[in-house]
Amino acid sequence: MLSVQNIDVAYGPTQILFGVDMEVSSNELFCVMGRNGVGKTTLLNAIMGVLRPVSGKILFEGRDLGRMHPYERVKAGLAYVPQTRGSFPQLTVLESLRVVSEASDRGNRAALDDAVDLFPRLKKLFPRKAGFLSGGEAAQLAIARALVTRPSLMILDEPTEGIQPSIIMEIEDAIANLTRTGMSILLVEQYMEFALRLAGRYLILDAGEVVSSGRMGDMDEAQMRKLVSI
Amino acid sequence: MDAFLGQVFTGLSVGSVLILIALGLTFTFGQMGVINMAHGEFIMAGAYTAYMLQDLLGRDISLLVALPIAFGIAGVMGLLLEFLLIRRLYGRPLDTLLVTWGVSLMLQQLARDLFGAPNVQVSAPEWLGGSLHAGGASFSYSRIFIMGLVVVCVVGIWLFLTRLPQGARMRAVMQNRQLASCSGLKTHSIDRLTFFIGSGLAGLAGVALTLLGSTGPTLGTNYIVDAFLVVVVGGLGQLKGAVIAAIGLGLINSFVEFNTEASIAKVAVFITIVAFLQVRPQGLFVLKSRGLA
Repeated sequence: MLSVQNIDVAYGPTQILFGVDMEVSSNELFCVMGRNGVGKTTLLNAIMGVLRPVSGKILFEGRDLGRMHPYERVKAGLAYVPQTRGSFPQLTVLESLRVVSEASDRGNRAALDDAVDLFPRLKKLFPRKAGFLSGGEAAQLAIARALVTRPSLMILDEPTEGIQPSIIMEIEDAIANLTRTGMSILLVEQYMEFALRLAGRYLILDAGEVVSSGRMGDMDEAQMRKLVSI
Repeated sequence: MDAFLGQVFTGLSVGSVLILIALGLTFTFGQMGVINMAHGEFIMAGAYTAYMLQDLLGRDISLLVALPIAFGIAGVMGLLLEFLLIRRLYGRPLDTLLVTWGVSLMLQQLARDLFGAPNVQVSAPEWLGGSLHAGGASFSYSRIFIMGLVVVCVVGIWLFLTRLPQGARMRAVMQNRQLASCSGLKTHSIDRLTFFIGSGLAGLAGVALTLLGSTGPTLGTNYIVDAFLVVVVGGLGQLKGAVIAAIGLGLINSFVEFNTEASIAKVAVFITIVAFLQVRPQGLFVLKSRGLA
């Protein structure tokens, strides 16, 4: 479904990713792990078109994403939940969902309702401005906002960061439900237990290079912890 | 008492014109971060539109016809400027400033070539002649018309931003461009719409200014600095802030000018702004959220 082929990504003169390869298949939850600053978010930004790789290719469902704008990638079926759980701070929760749904060819009222059904607490928060949500609420809104475009691949960047355990469980349940509906998910996560419970395959980055990859069940957990923990 | 009322009215009237000019800048400068020095020439284009239509249609109906046409002409000028130059300069404010200043000078010269260097006069329609007398003071119908136009524009823009999907998209892009793009919003198209509306409002301001004085190639230049100040004092991208700042500056200007003279009033306004920004550099209103940023 998503094929990242030998990409190099740089911020000006500083190269962050070196020849990264990654394959995400249909109906799977793929996890990218690694310490802080190894290039995980940079990889996602390159996939979404926020950054352009210096070399290499990114294919999605056989199409070269090449010079496509981020919004064209969303139209193609990608959805992105950024690490900061960014928001439109002065838009209400309902407006935040509607604005994305109405702008998307893939979104409709049913998709919005389905996204909210996954996180029922959002209904009560509809009139509240997105900039005034707690971390957990903002994370749920960010995932719901991504879902209203009915993506075929959702990209989540550390959705559990800084969130209380009960909300993490709700998010975990929601992600597990989504994978059961056939949606593919690319998850960046440092919370290992969360990743272990959800992901089918993994990839570990270190200093911008892939140092380990494979099936979750086949990996050496001690080695993984060594590569992921700070 | 009548002098006081008169000065309040004059202040509100000056503030109204500033609101019209600053409304457009609130979009293009306050929300998109584009320093467009040619905004003043969109005002000028609006004023010359009124002048040309006066010759074509006669002064009684030309004003009302000029409003939508000036909006369209100035809007298209803004659209062209964004498409041809500014979109290549996003994130480079100094380059944008220099390029749009150059465009501003070229447009002024074009106006001189087309209409001549001396100012031209647009006559107010007969139905706007005279004044309303109340409380011992007189209020000219032309200025009352401008205030009404401003109220219609402010309410219209507010309804557009808060009630229509296009307005919500515009707000989303202005509040978090990268997230909007990664959520599927066509940011380039929304930028163009923003520029069209912002520039169109300058065209309306130009038509309004023809009711207050003569029209010349440098008409917009006289107002552009004040309009930028209104946007900064109001808080970048804040509609409410721009309205309050414009009225406040208009009133200060009017009262100081009444008691002293025009140049001292200008100095008083600048000193007030500098002092205010020392205390509140973010302006009257800011985008609030739970985060520190």
